[in-house]
Amino acid sequence: MRDLRIIIPLLLAVLLAAGLPVLYGLLPGQKSVPPRIVLPAGEKACVMPADYMRENHMALLSEWRDAVVRAGDRTPVMAGGKTYAKSLSGTCLKCHAKKSAFCDRCHASLGAAPACWDCHYFPEEVAHGAE
Amino acid sequence: MELNRRDLLKRAFRTGLALFGGAAAFEVVRGELLADDGRNAQVRHFAMAVDLPLCLAAVSCSDCVTACHKGHNVPSIPDKKREIKWIWKEPFDQAFPGEAHEYTRQDLKGKEVMALCNHCDNPPCVRVCPTGATWRREDGIVMMDMHRCIGCRYCMAACPYGSRSFNWSDPARVLPVKAANPEYPRRTKGVVEKCSFCDELVDTGKLPLCVGACKAGALVFGDLNDAGSVVRKALAGRYAIRRKPSLGTGPNVYYLV
Repeated sequence: MRDLRIIIPLLLAVLLAAGLPVLYGLLPGQKSVPPRIVLPAGEKACVMPADYMRENHMALLSEWRDAVVRAGDRTPVMAGGKTYAKSLSGTCLKCHAKKSAFCDRCHASLGAAPACWDCHYFPEEVAHGAE
Repeated sequence: MELNRRDLLKRAFRTGLALFGGAAAFEVVRGELLADDGRNAQVRHFAMAVDLPLCLAAVSCSDCVTACHKGHNVPSIPDKKREIKWIWKEPFDQAFPGEAHEYTRQDLKGKEVMALCNHCDNPPCVRVCPTGATWRREDGIVMMDMHRCIGCRYCMAACPYGSRSFNWSDPARVLPVKAANPEYPRRTKGVVEKCSFCDELVDTGKLPLCVGACKAGALVFGDLNDAGSVVRKALAGRYAIRRKPSLGTGPNVYYLV
């Protein structure tokens, strides 16, 4: 029992350290700013609702990739009375032509670094290369 | 119920026979049903025929190489150890080591013939790929999935035709965006690439780029399972050889001689 003098302060210190993220959030100050993305002008609808796309665009892209590359299934996707080819550069980037104002904004803020652009060309890069 | 040793053994034997015999019988029947004699009219079997005399008559022509490499963003790297090639020229005696001899026909001897991935029926590259990044499609195209390639180069060691190339450096460094075809992806450092029989075109009913680019009409592409296809007609009318058929890979690029 005579060690309580050491144990209790140490325990409090550990609890404080563990709870630091929560305490930090309770501090007054500026909240983190959500990324502002620029939606393509003139286009109203995507292949899926925005809510779904926000959370699951990577799953959708993987699905398309597997269908086209692995299964050779290039049947277009129907959405809102329109057909879309299952293609990143051929469909997605045709509307979202500014990767830097759309994809990159969220990815940068979340620290996500998808490897898509190692191989797939994006319009800004192509325009820049043509100069 | 009294169960003696003898009955137990009998019963165990009968149960075993029923289980394993049934499973074996099922395998046999299923095997019969699935047996692919390669002549299933529902499934296409893509192949190419190269008309060698016609091709060799156009001595310095390399339109097919240019069209393919431009369309697929294949960088041109002069260093032989690092070069990337999907379709290329190979000296006859190296392409056909079993066919060439001292008295090979003059029009073939020492001449460079077009070589590309043979899209084998029994592709050794597919057998060795540890990630399933390369596989044989039902229609015979031996595909590459760059997303899954880990760059181990087993497939390069396995391919007896040298049809595969490794990206030792980022191809973007030697392939300016200006010269690229943005509709087709480039590759990244550390993956293996090769001819895909232009699956992206063939899937939409078009001909491969090399076939379309050949002004001499020396390249013929089609479905082996369709008796009326151009490739079957070409094979029916002419004597054709294949590269290293004795290896049992079942190459699907035929050379009309």
